[in-house]
Amino acid sequence: MLELQSLYRHFGSLKVIDGLDLSVAKGEVLGVLGPNGAGKTTLFNVILGVLAPTAGKIIFEGREMTRMRPWDRCRAGIGRTYQVPKPFSNMSAYENVLAGAVSGGGLPLRQARDWAMEVLDLTGLDHRTASPAGSLSLLDLKRLEFAKAIACRPRLLLLDEIAGGLTDYECDALLEIVQTVRKQGATIIWIEHVIHALRRVATRLAVLYGGAIISNGAPDAVLADPKVREVYLGVEA
Amino acid sequence: MLAAIVNQILQGVLLGGLYAMFAMGLSLSVGILRFVNIAHGDLIVAASFLLLTLTSQLGLPPFLAVLLVIPVAFGGGYLLQRLLFQRALGKSVLPIILVTFGLSIIIQNGLLGAYGADTRKVAGGAFETATLALGDGVNIGVLPLTIFLTAVAMIGLLDRLLYATRIGARIRAVSDDVATADLVGLPSARIYAIAMGVVGVTIAISAGFMSIWTNFDPASGPSRLITAFEAVVLGGLGSLWGTLAGGIVLGVAQSLGAQVDAAWQVLAGHLVFLTVFLIRPQGLFPRS
Repeated sequence: MLELQSLYRHFGSLKVIDGLDLSVAKGEVLGVLGPNGAGKTTLFNVILGVLAPTAGKIIFEGREMTRMRPWDRCRAGIGRTYQVPKPFSNMSAYENVLAGAVSGGGLPLRQARDWAMEVLDLTGLDHRTASPAGSLSLLDLKRLEFAKAIACRPRLLLLDEIAGGLTDYECDALLEIVQTVRKQGATIIWIEHVIHALRRVATRLAVLYGGAIISNGAPDAVLADPKVREVYLGVEA
Repeated sequence: MLAAIVNQILQGVLLGGLYAMFAMGLSLSVGILRFVNIAHGDLIVAASFLLLTLTSQLGLPPFLAVLLVIPVAFGGGYLLQRLLFQRALGKSVLPIILVTFGLSIIIQNGLLGAYGADTRKVAGGAFETATLALGDGVNIGVLPLTIFLTAVAMIGLLDRLLYATRIGARIRAVSDDVATADLVGLPSARIYAIAMGVVGVTIAISAGFMSIWTNFDPASGPSRLITAFEAVVLGGLGSLWGTLAGGIVLGVAQSLGAQVDAAWQVLAGHLVFLTVFLIRPQGLFPRS
């Protein structure tokens, strides 16, 4: 579904993404781990077109989109959540989701309204539809971030540390949404530091370090990999 | 005496309709596009001269001329945003202010070169002078009444456009946060340009009415801008219905000021604006 070929992103002499190759198959939930500064969020920004790669190719569903603009990538089927929620603060939760449904989702207004309500229901925000996004709690903001991305009807969903800063109860609530979205057929790439959350849904893990993937495979095997234990978990091999 | 005061207030309310028309495009610029277009008044005057050409040179009736200018104004607004304003928008507000200020000077000098400095007016025929007698010495002009009702209808339509349509949801989302909008599939530059096209439509319609009701010359733009700006600030930044209220407050103040002394007409509007601004800087009806 998604293929990253020899991807580079340099900021001057700093090589944040350094020759990265990665494939993600349809229906997978790929968890991406890595210490701070490993290039995880930069990787998402490059996949989404927020940052242009210095070199390399991005191919989505057989179509090269390396130079495509961010809004066209969204319309092509890639959705994203931010680590720090970025709602349309002056609009209600419903309007936030509606904006995703009419733009990225490409739905006519009437269908978009129905879809927005469905998504709000799915993400547990059905009781906060009229609330201004700027007034929501952290959990509800994260739900809204999720809802906005789902409203765009993505086939590939990029989740950026959605469990960060949440209690176990709140984390479980978000995991339920991830599971539901996955069952509906979306492919997911999920950057996360909360490993126990990731393990519950990830079908594969990849560990990013120094802009390249140092380990990639089944979750148990990756977490037992001596290189991963050394650079990420701080355990000497 | 009472009838005279009622009459003046009524005339002021109707004048407020014209001011609201001037201001609603500026209200969209400020509330949606997030910048103050210093050339707004000059664009209204430029559209008025275009209407003058269509009516006096080609002999078209004013209503038909306005209908022809509306799509031109939409396209002009779209291109102006896409090719000029969008390039100046950024983290600093200074570049866009300088660009629109420069555009204002270019329009004024361009019109001066093309049409000369004479004061002009578009002939509206019998429609211009027709009145309705409401009794007891109170009369209202058909033209001012039409302007007021059109202003109310325009604000209602703009409100519906922004809050009940697909493009309205897109415009408001881009206005709220460009970076987030990009990632839900919204091409912000294109949507801003559509919003500016809508501003162009309001400019064309207000130019149509202004050119029949009042005199204009190439240097009239800044005074139209000040009136529009005061109506927007009085009503509350970005609030369309507030802009109508702001226009009415200005119109009534000017109308009553003129009763005291002709020299007080414009001054009374400015004084009321300053007073309200001091007491309620957020405007009378700020957008919630």
